Amino acid sequence: MLQRLLTFSDFNTNIVLLGSVLLGCACGVVGTFTVLRGRSLMADALAHAALPGVCIAFLITGSRELGPLLAGALAFGVLGVLAVMGISRSSRVKEDAAIALVLSTTFGLGVALLSIVQRSPDAAHAGLEGFIFGKAASMVVRDVQLIAVVAGLVVITCGIFYRQFKVLCFDREFAHSAGLRVQLLDLLLMGLVCVCTVVALPAVGLVLAVAMLTIPAVAARCWSDRLGIMAIIAAVVGAMSGAIGSGISAMKPKLSAGPVITLVAALIFIASLLCAPRRGLIAGWWRKRALRNKISLQNILRAIFEVQEAQQAALVPVCDVALKRAWTPAELDSLLRHAVRRGLVSREADRVALSPEGRKQAQAIVRTHRLWEVYLVTHAAIATDHVDRDADTIEHVLPAEIIAELEARLREDGRLPAVVIPDSPHAVAAHSRAGVHE
Amino acid sequence: MIPAALPNAAIAIDVHDLTVAYHRKPVLWDVDVQVPVGKLIAIVGPNGAGKSTLLKAMLGLVPLASGRVEIFGRSIREARALVGYVPQRESVDWDFPIDAMGVVTMGTYAQLGWLRRVGQPQRERALAALKQVGMSDFAQRQIGQLSGGQQQRVFLARALAQDAALYLMDEPFAGVDAATERAILDVLRTMRDAGKTVIAVHHDLQTVPQYFDHVIMLNMRLVAAGPTNDVFTQENLQKTYGGRLNLLEQAAEAVRRAGT
Repeated sequence: MLQRLLTFSDFNTNIVLLGSVLLGCACGVVGTFTVLRGRSLMADALAHAALPGVCIAFLITGSRELGPLLAGALAFGVLGVLAVMGISRSSRVKEDAAIALVLSTTFGLGVALLSIVQRSPDAAHAGLEGFIFGKAASMVVRDVQLIAVVAGLVVITCGIFYRQFKVLCFDREFAHSAGLRVQLLDLLLMGLVCVCTVVALPAVGLVLAVAMLTIPAVAARCWSDRLGIMAIIAAVVGAMSGAIGSGISAMKPKLSAGPVITLVAALIFIASLLCAPRRGLIAGWWRKRALRNKISLQNILRAIFEVQEAQQAALVPVCDVALKRAWTPAELDSLLRHAVRRGLVSREADRVALSPEGRKQAQAIVRTHRLWEVYLVTHAAIATDHVDRDADTIEHVLPAEIIAELEARLREDGRLPAVVIPDSPHAVAAHSRAGVHE
Repeated sequence: MIPAALPNAAIAIDVHDLTVAYHRKPVLWDVDVQVPVGKLIAIVGPNGAGKSTLLKAMLGLVPLASGRVEIFGRSIREARALVGYVPQRESVDWDFPIDAMGVVTMGTYAQLGWLRRVGQPQRERALAALKQVGMSDFAQRQIGQLSGGQQQRVFLARALAQDAALYLMDEPFAGVDAATERAILDVLRTMRDAGKTVIAVHHDLQTVPQYFDHVIMLNMRLVAAGPTNDVFTQENLQKTYGGRLNLLEQAAEAVRRAGT
C-alpha cells in the first residue's frame, strides 16, 4: 500500500490525494483572511449549521448525489451565519455567545435529523455520517472535479479582491470611511468560507472543516510578516496536511481522513510555533537569553570600572568587585571567566583589571548609566538614592538615539558633564555594598 | 484627485441637529456645528462626551438617529473622496502582517476603484507621505516593530496619501513621544497652510490654544464652538468638564430602558 501511495500508481488514492491537496490550498488562502478578520469561529458555526441542510436535502431527494446535498449544506450554512449576525445585532447577546448558540442548536438539529434519515429504508447506502467526520476515501473523480473548480474560483476571487480584503481585515472603519463597501466585502468573504466549508465537508467532515480554515493560516503567520507570502505559505501548509493526512488515512482505512488531516496540520503548526525564525518560541527564548547574558556582562564591566574609579587603581581585588552586586561566588566566577574569554578582563589570582577593549565598553556603559541617573534626578524629580536601580534596568537597552536625546537635554540645561564620564550623583562605594543595590 | 467642482465654500463641514444613539441610548444630542475651511479644529470634552462618536457620525460610520451632515455642501456619500480619516491607534491590530509602506498605500485605494492594481504613482505618493511624517526610513518595517509614536505617524501618512480636503483625526497626539508630537504638529500646520481643514479629537487641554485655531467643546451636547480665543474660556471649560450632565444622562438612560 505504502509503495502504491508513494509511486502514485493507485488511481483511487491519487484522486483522494489530489482532492485533499486542492482543498487544503483553497482553505489555506481563504483561512488567511478569516483568521486576520477574526472570523474563524463564525466559520465553525457555518460548518455545523450545514449538517441539517445535508440531511434535509437527502430526505427530499432520497439520493446520495453530492450536488443536492451540498446545495442543502450551503443554504443552511448561510442561514446559520445570518442567524449569528441577526442575533448579535438585534439583541444584547454577545457575538461569541450567539455563535455558540447557533453552532450547538444546528448541530443538535442535524444529529437528530440524521437519526431519522438512518431509519429510512435506503439509508444503508447513504453514508451521511461521513459528513460529520469526513470520508476522503470515498471521493470519486466527479467530486475532485467539483473541488478543483471551487478551489480555482476561490483562489482567483481572493486574488482579485486581495487589496480590498487586506484593508478590510486590517482596519474596517478606515476602509468604510474611504468608501469601500465593507458590508459587501464581509459578505463575500463569508461566502468564500461557505463554499470552502461545503466542499470540504465530504472529505474532512463538518467538525473539522474549521481546522482546515484556521490551522494552516495560523501556522503560516509564524513564518512571514507579509500578507501575500502568508497566504501562499498557508496554501502550502494546507496542501501538505491534505496530502499527508489523506495518505495516512488511505493506508489505514479505519482512520477517517478528517482527524488525520487535522492532526497533521496541528503538528505543522506546533513545529512552526517552536521553530519559526523571528516569531518562534525557541528564537524568542534564545533572544532573551542573549540579552540576559549581555546585561550580566555589562554589569560586571561596570562593577570593575567603579571599583577602579574608587580605588584609583587598575588592578582591583575580586572581593571588592563582588560587593557591588548580589552575586553568588559561583555566578561571579563564571561571569569573570566569560569576560576573560571575550578579552574584556584580565585576571591575576584574586585581582582583576579591564583590558583596553573592556575599559572602552565599560566607559560607554557607565556613561549611559550616569546620564540616565542625572536625567532622572533633574527631570523626573526622583530622589538621588533611588536612581541607581532605575538607571540599572534601563541602561542596557537604551537605543543610541535616546542617549543622544539625553545628552541634548542635559546639555540644554548646562548639566551635561564636560568630562567623558559624568560623575555619579551618588557616592560610589568601593568597599561596603552600596545601599542602593539592595 | 479632488473633483474640479470643489466648492470654494467657507464651510468645510456642516452638522445640523445631529443625534446619535447606541442601542437606543443617545450619546450625542442635537449637535449643531459648522466648521470653517482651512483651520485646525480641536474637539475637546470629558470621557464619554461623544467626541469619537461625533467624528464617526461626520464620516458616516455610525447611523444617525436624526439630523444631517454636509461636507462642502454635499452628502457624506458624495463627499467621501474629500475626506481623510485617522482612527485611534488602538483600533487596529498592530501585529497584522503588513509593513509601514503597505499601510500608507491603503490611502490610495479609494481612488483606484475596485479592480485597478497598485502601481508606481500610488507607491510614489505613499512614499512621499511617509517622507512628510519623517518615516521614510521605516517603509519596509513590519508595523508591530514600530514605536507607538511611529505607528501614529504611519496612520497620519496614510491619511496624507488620501489627498483629501478635510481630515478627521481621532486623538492623533495620544501617547506619542515629544519628537512625534512636534512632527505631527508640523505636518498639521503644513496641511492648514495648503488650505486643508483638520478636525482632531484632543485630550491635552494645555496645548489647545497653542495648537488649534478653533475648538468644539462637547459633552453629549455642544457646549461651545468657535475660534479658540473666544470660546476656550474658563467658563466654557467649567460647563464642559464641571459636573456631570445629570439630567441629560438620566434622560438618555430612560430612553434606553424604554426600548427594552
